[in-house]
Amino acid sequence: MIKKIFVILTMIGLIMMLSSLVLNFEFVEQLNDLSADYVTGSIEDLKSQNVVTSVIVTYRGLDTLGEVTVLFLATAGIGFLLGKRKGKKRVASELLQTSSSFLVALIILLGVYIFSHGHLTPGGGFQGGVVIANAFLLLILSDASIKFNHTILQLVESLSGAFYVIVGIIGLVLTIGFLNAKIIPLGEFGRLISAGAIPIIYSLIGLKVGSELTNIIDTMRGE
Amino acid sequence: MIFALILGFALLVIGIYGMLSQRNLIKIVIGFSIADTGIHIIIVSIGYLRNRTAPILNSAVNLKNAVNEVVDPIPSVLVLTAIVIGLAVTALMLSFVVELYKKKQSLSIDDYQELKW
Repeated sequence: MIKKIFVILTMIGLIMMLSSLVLNFEFVEQLNDLSADYVTGSIEDLKSQNVVTSVIVTYRGLDTLGEVTVLFLATAGIGFLLGKRKGKKRVASELLQTSSSFLVALIILLGVYIFSHGHLTPGGGFQGGVVIANAFLLLILSDASIKFNHTILQLVESLSGAFYVIVGIIGLVLTIGFLNAKIIPLGEFGRLISAGAIPIIYSLIGLKVGSELTNIIDTMRGE
Repeated sequence: MIFALILGFALLVIGIYGMLSQRNLIKIVIGFSIADTGIHIIIVSIGYLRNRTAPILNSAVNLKNAVNEVVDPIPSVLVLTAIVIGLAVTALMLSFVVELYKKKQSLSIDDYQELKW
């Protein structure tokens, strides 16, 4: 009973706090200086079409490295907690088996498209990686006893992570800054090969996220 | 866009209420997930500017005047980061739940009182 009263009091306090935020909220009409700088810098400085991508990969690249590290730590934690165990075998329906063998390659192709065009269209390494992991989830759903080659998964993950850091350090060696995209020629605005190292870095992130999430799915299905 | 803001706050309140009132561990994780989604919607709607398009500088945007034609890119960046971290945290929480269930064969939070004072 007392617990319920506490919960209701907390909720009333929270709603009062948040309602003043909503009621007094004013939408701005102009970009602030930092955002305007990012937009013009993305056009003139980096030649990348997608402003969000140029902020994530270059301007705030160090934070993205931290984010990838958090994702890696979570994967390591899940692997440590759940370990390996044999699950029950269930046979999938013929519809699922046939369609998954047809769809898996297409889904992986879509994932590669999303992370390699991260500087041109909405999308990027994280989204593409999740799409690739979904292809492997479909494989697991259609055949519960399927085994993935963990050596290759771990090799892809650790190599892409290492190359990501190496691309950053090349920027330090050339004295233009850690994770700067201008270590290779920028190219023409709006083309697939443009925006310097951004497509390379985002492809590496995509491979890393894809293999990490595949690892998570593979660990969790044993339960 | 004020509706998106209200929707975000409503989801945040529903999620926190779910986390506080539910006894089932998995339902608590679901409450966390709902609150997470609410926060994402709030951040994105804060970055919205009237009559503007997404910060993708393709043919829909005049490059010379891009600063006055796109919405704020920074909230989108923050939400992109938050979604990935939220996914990782949710997966980690669910694996904690699996471990706890293995230990006591119960999903009710009332059965785990070792740290209660």
